[in-house]
Amino acid sequence: MAQIGSFALLLALALSAYCFLAGLLALVLPWFHAAWLDKITRWIGIAGFALVLLAGFLFITSAFVFHSNNPYLSVAYQRALLLALALCACSFAIWIIALLRSRQAEASLGETARRAGIATFAVVFLAALVLVISAFTDDFSIAYIFHHSNRDLPIPYKFAVLWSGQEGSLLFWSLLLATYGLVLRLRHKTDARLFAYASVIIAAVQIFFLLLLNLAANPFGIMQGSLPGDGNGLNPLLQYPEMVIHPPMLYLGYVGFTIPFAFALGALIMKYPGEKWIHITRRWTMVTWGFLTCGIFLGAHWAYSVLGWGGYWGWDPVENASLMPWLTGTAFLHSVMMQEKRGMLKTWNMWLIFATFGLSIFGTFLTRSGVVSSVHAFAQSSIGTWFVVFLIIILVVCLVFYILNRSALRSEHRLESLVSRESSFLFNNLLLLVACFTVLWGTLFPVLSEWVQGNKVTVGPPFFNRVNIPVALLLLLLTAVGPLLAWRKTSLESLKRNFLWPALGALAAGILLVALGFRPWKDISYLYSLMTIMLSVLVALTVISEFVRGGRVIAQKTGQGLLASMVHLTHRNTRRYGGYIVHFGVIVIMIGLAGAAFNQDKEKEMGFGDKMTIGPYTLVCQSYTQEDKPNYGSEWAIINVFKGGKPVTTLYPERRFYKASQQTSTMPSIHSTMREDLYLVYEGQNNDTGRPIIKAHLNPLVMWIWVGVWIMIVGTIVALIPNAVPVRVMAAARVQVAPVGAGD
Amino acid sequence: MGASDEDARFSQLGHKLMCVCGCNQVLLECNHVGCPYSDRMRGELMAAMQRGDSDDLVLQSFVQKYGPTVLIAPTHTGFNRVAWIMPYLALGLGLTTVVLVVRAWKMRPLATPEGAVAPVTGAELEHFRQQARKETEI
Repeated sequence: MAQIGSFALLLALALSAYCFLAGLLALVLPWFHAAWLDKITRWIGIAGFALVLLAGFLFITSAFVFHSNNPYLSVAYQRALLLALALCACSFAIWIIALLRSRQAEASLGETARRAGIATFAVVFLAALVLVISAFTDDFSIAYIFHHSNRDLPIPYKFAVLWSGQEGSLLFWSLLLATYGLVLRLRHKTDARLFAYASVIIAAVQIFFLLLLNLAANPFGIMQGSLPGDGNGLNPLLQYPEMVIHPPMLYLGYVGFTIPFAFALGALIMKYPGEKWIHITRRWTMVTWGFLTCGIFLGAHWAYSVLGWGGYWGWDPVENASLMPWLTGTAFLHSVMMQEKRGMLKTWNMWLIFATFGLSIFGTFLTRSGVVSSVHAFAQSSIGTWFVVFLIIILVVCLVFYILNRSALRSEHRLESLVSRESSFLFNNLLLLVACFTVLWGTLFPVLSEWVQGNKVTVGPPFFNRVNIPVALLLLLLTAVGPLLAWRKTSLESLKRNFLWPALGALAAGILLVALGFRPWKDISYLYSLMTIMLSVLVALTVISEFVRGGRVIAQKTGQGLLASMVHLTHRNTRRYGGYIVHFGVIVIMIGLAGAAFNQDKEKEMGFGDKMTIGPYTLVCQSYTQEDKPNYGSEWAIINVFKGGKPVTTLYPERRFYKASQQTSTMPSIHSTMREDLYLVYEGQNNDTGRPIIKAHLNPLVMWIWVGVWIMIVGTIVALIPNAVPVRVMAAARVQVAPVGAGD
Repeated sequence: MGASDEDARFSQLGHKLMCVCGCNQVLLECNHVGCPYSDRMRGELMAAMQRGDSDDLVLQSFVQKYGPTVLIAPTHTGFNRVAWIMPYLALGLGLTTVVLVVRAWKMRPLATPEGAVAPVTGAELEHFRQQARKETEI
């Protein structure tokens, strides 16, 4: 089996090398055919090709001759990264030349650069593959593998090694950017010139990350001295199934915002007329936003299932770093509709996507520079300065091109009424940005305080909740009202007609809750919970009324049933109705969050047969024991759960001790229902009695959060599906006829 | 004061303090096995309450012993007030800006982007709008 595995690895390496060489051959071939190129550029091309051949030779020979635990292989990997950097720089430089030269030269050079961009993907992919292979082969001669893996690490987590440390996660970032760039470069015919600009900008961003990887955070650094027998292992907190998908999702979100950013900046540089760049990037932005949403909530679920404090969101700087681009990205997704439909907010949209991309980079800086302390942070490192410089470059470039070309961003229409869809988007954007500012301010305030007062302060959940909960409630209100408003102007009569029944429904829900024992006057958190539920009912009813109203019209025309008509309706305008489904998911999540006001917890030492009561549940300790596994040793209890005297389930809260890293970790055991979660944590053992200490949390409505996320994902997918009947209207600039969604 | 009131006060105060072990968690939510601080801090909190110290005094004693980072949120004194004021100031400024922008939009003439063909206006535009509305609105 070992031989087969080795052969497979070598074959994979050979195939990657082939892909790598073929891509680069395609890069250099046009150089030989282009008679107009001067000698210098030709020699650069030939030298690049020779370099590629040399690197490929080095890869293959090193892999054949030395299988593992050898420093030469690591050196070869470093060369791969350098090569990727060189190719990316070539892509960037050649494209710049191409854009400045004649049209004939532009076409040839542009194509060459495009191929170099594609080859960059192949090489970065190869570098990432090699790192994963090194983890699988326990190649502890590579320092990164030694620090983040060990021999007994389960197979899925060997993949996770790629993004579990600073250097690997930067390589992973680079890989995702190269992947996005690959897709973009393969679809370049949509609009060759705009894609060319976007490609240059993406190559510039790629150069930054490859520079970091090569000069400041190389994942292929070699261990000094004698080779260790085993690695330090993966952080125990990361050894959970979601760890395999949470960071990739989050990174796909962060990195993905580079694409709309590149198109926006490209459109600004070339004074691109019309809104085509928004049409092109709409799906990219939605996919990216969807990934970021998944990443954030997978992180929340992971925190809930692993950290053992009974919560899912702690306003930690790393969580905040992911939330900030999500908030501005959400604002962008809404405000671009104003530009598409009415030719308004062009400058605003441009800066929103600049800010979203900047915040993605800024978040990375925050968590990797050691500026703020976080449970997630990749400790103190020297790469913070790199990010500061990169952020300054981004800001300067955006600012310069904005100042030079702002005349192309003038609004084509004006706001006609405050009671209109346009104004609802304006206020939606304002609230999302205030929320984003609050998160940013709260995250940075400890640093500011140290600078001004000489001492740090903590800015924890009470600060963020106090400001953001009212903002979230106002956003919920807008989510309910916005879809009922027409573009340009809405009559109060029409608003009243559409709004009356949902408002009465929300009021009835509030009265019902108070009658059932809700006491909002006892605590501000109860009041917020009640308001959240009432506003959620309001949004749900307006969303349902939109579906029913549209469905009825189609049913009358086609004779279909109401449900089939609503499906038909959704298919005719997927963006609008997909958006409503996303809104529905948001309110389900908000109801889940509202449940946190009623959380309870209890802690007790539990011997054999001991009981603890929490809410409607009675917990009985059946047994407690210890177990030894290759990767970790564990202590766990067997707790029988009863409700109303009847057995419900058995839970197994556990504490693990990971041998390689010498760290402990809790594995909570959770009984989830739509009504509440019973969440048990094995806190430890009483040293005197040897009995386990169990902490029980009763968390109402948590399941709603995870269900809401699934609904949001479904809504996003629906919004990405092309309309069944494309609706075509004339764009403002009559030179093109662009397909647009309607009524969004 | 009943036992439940005392529990409630303990929970309230315990949720205003951070564990200082570096876990970035609220004191009463720190679940690190063998955490060198949280058990001791909980004991100190209970002892301070049993001494009859007021809430302010309890919190102040923690600040003196562990530094200002032990409090979970900035106080409402001195420079720390800025932390609380700024988000509301941003909201106020944002609202003012939106109002000013809306007013400016109503006042200023419409512009055509450089290089673009003049947009459709008047009856022709209205015709297209009607057509779009008819085709897209249900």
